[in-house]
Amino acid sequence: MIKINGENKDLNNLNLMEYLKSCGYKIEVVAVELNGNIVKKADYVNTTLHDGDVVEIVSFVGGG
Amino acid sequence: MQIICNGKIINMPKGSTAKDIGDFDVFVRNGYGITKQTELFEGDNIVAVKSGQVPNKEDFNQMIFARNGKDASDKLNKSCVCICGLGGLGSNIAEMLTRLGIGKLILVDYDIVDPTNLNRQNYFVSDIGSLKTDATTNILLKINPYVQIVKKNVFVNSKNILEIIECADIVVEAFDSAKSKAEIVNTILAGSDKIVVASSGMAGIGSSNLIKTNKPMSRLYICGDMQSEAKEGLSLMSPRVNICAAHQANMVARILLGEVEC
Repeated sequence: MIKINGENKDLNNLNLMEYLKSCGYKIEVVAVELNGNIVKKADYVNTTLHDGDVVEIVSFVGGG
Repeated sequence: MQIICNGKIINMPKGSTAKDIGDFDVFVRNGYGITKQTELFEGDNIVAVKSGQVPNKEDFNQMIFARNGKDASDKLNKSCVCICGLGGLGSNIAEMLTRLGIGKLILVDYDIVDPTNLNRQNYFVSDIGSLKTDATTNILLKINPYVQIVKKNVFVNSKNILEIIECADIVVEAFDSAKSKAEIVNTILAGSDKIVVASSGMAGIGSSNLIKTNKPMSRLYICGDMQSEAKEGLSLMSPRVNICAAHQANMVARILLGEVEC
């Protein structure tokens, strides 16, 4: 199980970049926290999500 | 009996009322306004104000203390908040944080005031053409002549943001562009131990009640409805932008006063 934005998902060994793209996230407007630490954008392609990981993904929209 | 008036201990006969303190027009006791006829008691802490006079720094701080309470005011007065972007959110947040009594503000924006800003941003016709950092500073100093302001007329990016926010206790993200929001939030969370109060989704006239403060990450708060993107057909309008700005300003106040949940 991987907990993504508070929801347990039956997933394992998941590439972060592929997951974000498969969900339709625009990479340039997201921030990702993995187990309490921010993941740098350059590391998305090399990051694998494992069983037990807790992931938070936020996606910004424009306006201010 | 002894009471404290404008920070000084004074002796008064038992049964005295506020008007007996002296020739003042407004009296505040423990954060609430009282009338001239209100009876005073031993240990009362009163702020007395003469209408129409600009107070000196010490009296000014006493007046903010009078409304916010001394413990809160002391903490807020010692705090430094960096506001990134002085548009609809940032210009209004700057005013709220100044009225709240934040001691030092770092104001960051590269842009000038243009006529299309006036539908929601805290500027006047006379500010058109001025740098937003200058125009905001002028407004803030009219509210509190003793607030410390550092102006940064720069376009913020991942290369300069960490230096700009160095002495801030909290960073407010108030940019317009989604890419800029994500860029500085990522850079600050990865490269410092600062807390960021960010914004996302406040365009249009959707329900006020959809705008919330969320805390998705340990050092990141985001205010907004997370969806209402500013775009053609869905413009940024004053009430919702102000609601979101107030969420951000109140979260800053809460964090500085030790309330870290949203």
